[in-house]
Order: sequence, then C-alpha cells, then structure tokens
Amino acid sequence: MHIASSYGRARVNINKDLVAASATPLVLSILAEGESYGYSILKRVRDLSGGDLEWTDGMLYPLLHRLLRLGYATTEWRTPSGGRRRRYYAITDDGRAALAEQQRQWMTVTRALGGVWQDSGWSPALGGA
Amino acid sequence: MADVESQIAEWRAYVARAPGVNGHDVDELDAHLRDQIAELAAAGLTGDEAFLVAVKRMGDLDALSREFAREHSGRLWKQLVLSNEEDPARPSSGWLEALAFAVAAAVAMQIARLAADFPDEEEEWLFLNISLLVLPFLAGYFARRRHLDPRRWLLTATPFALAALVVNLYPFDADSATQLVVALYLPVALWFAVAYPYMGGTLRSHERRMDFVRFTGEWVIYYALIALGGGVLLMLTVLIFEPLGAGVDERLVEWVLPSGAAGAVIVAAWLVESKQHVVENMAPVLTMLFTPLFAVMLTAAAAIYAVSGTAGEFDRELLGVFDALLVVVLGLVLYAMSAREAARPAAPMDRVQLLAVASALVLDLMVLGSMLARIGDLGFTPNRVAALGLNLVLLVNLAGAAWLSTRFLTGRIAFHRLERWQTSYLPVFAIWAATVVVALPPLFAFD
Repeated sequence: MHIASSYGRARVNINKDLVAASATPLVLSILAEGESYGYSILKRVRDLSGGDLEWTDGMLYPLLHRLLRLGYATTEWRTPSGGRRRRYYAITDDGRAALAEQQRQWMTVTRALGGVWQDSGWSPALGGA
Repeated sequence: MADVESQIAEWRAYVARAPGVNGHDVDELDAHLRDQIAELAAAGLTGDEAFLVAVKRMGDLDALSREFAREHSGRLWKQLVLSNEEDPARPSSGWLEALAFAVAAAVAMQIARLAADFPDEEEEWLFLNISLLVLPFLAGYFARRRHLDPRRWLLTATPFALAALVVNLYPFDADSATQLVVALYLPVALWFAVAYPYMGGTLRSHERRMDFVRFTGEWVIYYALIALGGGVLLMLTVLIFEPLGAGVDERLVEWVLPSGAAGAVIVAAWLVESKQHVVENMAPVLTMLFTPLFAVMLTAAAAIYAVSGTAGEFDRELLGVFDALLVVVLGLVLYAMSAREAARPAAPMDRVQLLAVASALVLDLMVLGSMLARIGDLGFTPNRVAALGLNLVLLVNLAGAAWLSTRFLTGRIAFHRLERWQTSYLPVFAIWAATVVVALPPLFAFD
C-alpha cells in the first residue's frame, strides 16, 4: 500500500502546476499498461508516486473525459463478475502517439535537469533531509 | 451499512444538482466513492468514517463542478431539456402537468382558429382574444403547481373572466382604433394577472414580485429560443412537403404554427420553473453584453438629437418607438436587477446602466415635449392617449430608478432600496394596462 511505501523518507510536496502538467502523461501511461477504471487509476498513481502525488479524486474524471474528447481513449460501462458496475477506459492509437510525444518532452526535460545537476555536483536530494 | 447507503444517496442527489455534471458522471463518481469506502472499511474504519474520508478525498464540489463544466461546456445547454430535479417528491408530474396545460392551450387556439376560419377570413375577435386563449392556461398551470385553495383559484380566474366579458361585449366600431389598442394592452394586463397564481396568492411580498420579474425575463429568453428552433423546424418541414403540392405545406403551417406558439407559452414557463439555475447563468452574461451596447446607442442618440436640434420634427410614429425603447431599457434594468446579488457593492456595470437610463430619459423628454405640442395642435386619439400614458408611467419609473441608483452609487443607500422601488412600482404598470383595456374604449365611444 502507498502508506507503507512512504515510510522511511521525507514526503515531497509536489507543486500544483507540476501535478497538473504530469497528470495527462501519467494517466495515459497507466492506460497503456491496460484498460482500467477511475478508482484503480488513482490507486496506481498513489502507488507509483509512493503517495507523494496527491490528486483530488474527483478531478480525475474531467481529465478522463478530456482524453475521450481528444480521442486518446475510449470507454465503456461494464460489470465484471462479482464486481461493481464501472466505467472502463482504454487507450487508443492516437492516445499512444500522444503519450510517445509527451514521453519525449519529459525525457528531454529530466535529462536536461539531470545533466545540469550532475555537472554542478549540486544534489541536495541525496544529502538527506 | 444502511446508514451509509442513505448518506451516499444524499451525496448523489447533491452532486447531481451541480451544473455541468450529468447522470453518467454521477454514476461514475458514485462507483468511485463506493470503491473508496469499501477499501477504507476493509482497513478498519467504520461506515461513517469511511464515507467522510471518501467524500473529502473526492474534493470540493464547486471546483469539481467548474472542472466538469469547463470540459463539457455544451452541457449547460443540454440541461434545458432534461427532467425536473427541483421537485424530487414528484419526479414525473412536473412535465406531465406542463404538457397537459400546453396541449390544452394548443387545442383551444386551434379550435378558435377553425371557428374564425383564419387565415381565409380575418376575424377581429380572434386577434382580440388571442391572449385569452392562452394565458388562462398558464395561470391554471401555476395555480395547480402552487396548490392554491379554491378561494384563490376563484381570484385567479376573476380577471380573465372580466377581461373576456369586457373585450367581447364592448360594441367596437368597424376598424376601431380603440379595439387595436385593447388588443395590444390586453396581453400585458393578463400577464400581470398570471402574477397572482405565480406568486401563490401572496401579492404583497416584494421578494415574490422580484421572482415574477425574473420569471418574466427568463420566460422571454426561453420563448425566443423555442421560437427560433420551432421556426427552423417548420421551415424545413415546409421545404420537405413542398413537392407534394396542392398547398399541403401551407395547410401545415396554418395548423402547426398557432398551436405550437400557444403550447410554447406553457412549455417555456415550465422550463423556467424547472431549469432555473441554467438561465441564472445566462442572465448576468446577457445583461453584461447588452447594457453597454444600449448605453452607447442611447447616449449617441441623445447627443445627436440635442446637438442637431431635430427633436422638434419628431413625427407621429415616434412616440410609439420611444415607448418600445423605454420598455426595453426598463426590461434590461429589471432583468439585471433580478440577476444581481443585492449584497454586492457598486460595480462599473451599475454606472453603465445608469448612463443608459439617464440617456433614455433625456431622449424621452425631448420626444415628449414635441408630442405634447402636437397633441395640443391636433387633439387626442386613442393611440396617443395610450402611448402618452405609458410614456409617463415609464418616465416616472426610470426617473426614480436613475435618482436612486445615483444615490446607491455615491454610497448613500443600499441596493435593496432600488429593488424596493421597482417592486413597489409594478402594480402601476398593471393598473395602467387594465385601465387602457377597460376605460379607453368607452372614453372614445368605441371609435
């Protein structure tokens, strides 16, 4: 569970703009692993970020609907045996293309930041808080 | 868990009322909430605790609703045709009731049309009675919706019965001018008669009077929307049936148009009643849009007339035009007022509105001066008396509004006083309209 995974280190409060910017690629990436529904996507986000990426649960749904509108995902209501009726989302080819593009952009940014931090030897994150 | 179920149901109902969130979204959020509650309960929380945490995690509903509305901006319009959610106790009777009254009005109009053999014959009684064919059904709809007692039903019916007697028993001359004036003023007088059942019989309440003003403005918007859509539909239908020839398309218009126009009166009222929050979003936007435009137009006109000095050459028709102008300005003022939060401090828009009112007043005074001179030369006619009276009634109202809003803008009185002035003045309009209908024809010997 995400609560356990965040033991033993300080929690990072991620800036709101960064949360918003990373939301779309994150959701697309999770959908690229396989179709999923809102609550499960949210749990996956918490697990992946060790609970540091805190979303307001409801806000995921307008985002998912935007992906539908852009044609990055499709959706259908299904009731799995023994489960609750849920709305499942699956990524489309357009969605994969958009994800690939987002991936390149984020890679570039992280590479640049990693490069400059390595060169200057400035790495407070490793010093321990 | 039964307790949690009822809490979830309440939460659902609350979320469903948020603008921009539709039924499927609520289902989706509901499923999410239940998953969250189940997981928290499995971790050892009680039902209540799990519900509270889950709702908190879902986030602030206002922000959520805004987010949904941003993503689905078209939905605010779709709500126009969705079902009534204001009255959860009677989920289906809302629209059924409205439909029954709308159909009744449509049938009444159709029977009258056939009886008058319109449009082959142009019977004057049909035009005179048009509002009497429709508005009683609107009054009846509200009387039923507000659960009026028998005494109030009777009071609701009285003005309509009196009006029917008056306009049909008056011995109007052929091509009578007073008849035309009555045909114009009767709908206005009867609209005020609808106010009685609309307000549930509480005529003295200023808040309810303001509600009626708001209702009127929103009804006009809905009616215009329905008329636009209906017009397009009818036009296309005619084009489709045209090849059949033999006047099929014309017959279609003759049958559909009068009934549709009559039924739409009730349907628009029902839409206002059940979809109030939708138009509440539109009212501020519309007034924001049109108040400055009217202010510019009126100021320019007042300046040009004053500088060029052509005010003395206003012709006969112009008094009617200026009456229409004042009515529109007054409508704008009232509508803006009904949509405004009384507690809000003075904003630039209030100044723009005052400018519009003041310019309209200046223009009107110029017209009135030249018209009085003209009446002095040529005497009174039914038209002139009605127009002049309306003009004075509007003039006093707008002058009072301008004076009070100046005092409001300089911070000497609260906005509430302005509202009070308008709601107190409403009966004056009703009395004037009724006076024209009842007293003007005998005064001019039904000429």
